Amino acid sequence: MTPRFAPGVRLQEDRARNRWMVMAPERMFLPDETALAVLRLVDGARDEAAIVAALAEQYAAPAEVIAADVRALLEDLRARGAVTW
Amino acid sequence: MVDAPLALLAELTHRCPLRCPYCSNPMELARAAAELTTAEWARVVEEAAALGCLQVHLSGGEPTARRDIVEITAAARAAGLYTNLITAGVLLDAGLMERLVAAGLDHVQLSVQDADEAGAERIGGLKGAHAAKARAAALVRAAGLPLTLNAVVHRQNLHNLPALVERALEWGAARLEVAHVQYYGWALANRDALLPTRAQLDEATRVVDAARVAHKGRLVIDYVVPDYHATRPKACMGGWGRRFLGVSPAGNILPCHAAESLTGLTFPNARETSLAAAWADSPAFNAFRGTAWMPEPCQSCDRREVDWGGCRCQAFALTGDAAATDPACALSPHHGLLQAAVTHAEGEAFRYRQYGRAR
Repeated sequence: MTPRFAPGVRLQEDRARNRWMVMAPERMFLPDETALAVLRLVDGARDEAAIVAALAEQYAAPAEVIAADVRALLEDLRARGAVTW
Repeated sequence: MVDAPLALLAELTHRCPLRCPYCSNPMELARAAAELTTAEWARVVEEAAALGCLQVHLSGGEPTARRDIVEITAAARAAGLYTNLITAGVLLDAGLMERLVAAGLDHVQLSVQDADEAGAERIGGLKGAHAAKARAAALVRAAGLPLTLNAVVHRQNLHNLPALVERALEWGAARLEVAHVQYYGWALANRDALLPTRAQLDEATRVVDAARVAHKGRLVIDYVVPDYHATRPKACMGGWGRRFLGVSPAGNILPCHAAESLTGLTFPNARETSLAAAWADSPAFNAFRGTAWMPEPCQSCDRREVDWGGCRCQAFALTGDAAATDPACALSPHHGLLQAAVTHAEGEAFRYRQYGRAR
């Protein structure tokens, strides 16, 4: 499974407030730190396993622990209309 | 320290091929010669982004009536803003769509005046508009951009709400805004012809509820109960000078796109004043910011930081006092004005939007 941003959705830096926002048609939301870490890796090319591997390396954590978090996060982001696959 | 705004409404022009009798533009429309230049709009969007805005609504009038709409879109995107084009769609062709996408346009909101051609063309006052909108929707979807359909509803088209939902699905919109007319400016002049009955409103709410269930996952429907049938006011603009600023075609920096209907306020102009200075320091932005300006019953109300006293323009239009409690609130001494207007509303003739004072 290879997640990508839903049409019209993208990450945008909010420089005035020193944070990143998920921008979508007629709405926006503030991703928490973990969601942001996953969303930064969503590029339509990396599949779920590649995202898990990148995060496992970044956080020096076991891939199987990361994998469960990533799946839950992606499902949540899909339910919110931010990503699709 | 005042919190920074989140969104800019850039009203690029008042020019528009349509003549909708509920147009949100002021009764006194800006002439083309008075409009900000391309370079001035580029500076406005950069200032808005630097101030904290995250998105810009490119609106009008009809924003694509400006020959530099692509340049302005590109400037907004380069400044880091999420760009939303609010359009009637009738001037959109494949070439323009392609250039807008290349400029970084993020989203299109397309207006629709009714579900069928005869109704849409009578209300919008333009022959051929409905077919042109259908083509515009197809161009947006073919370009891979998300589409929102904005249906302004009132007494003369609410019977077609189920068909408007069908139109949204047929045209490939992921979102449908069912927007009741707001009654100031042109719409106030046409209020008798537009105000829905209570029965129509109840039916509309039922239709929306059913459509939300039927099309879950495919179509999101935004819908708010209109003021004339409400008991509490809306947090107009999320509160005056709290999250939102607008710039008029001639460069006036506004807390709300209808704010120029308020007499007695002087608005700073982007040709002379920075958006940051206007936002933080201008008397106009500070006039109704926060809660200190509020009269009773707002001042001691536990909802004062929920609805921020409602809409200043509606309060002024109906009571002559911009600082009055919005008559949409059942606690306002003027609340009876709304029911009286609903009771007396009749007739179908429109006074169409036109240049020059219509009073």
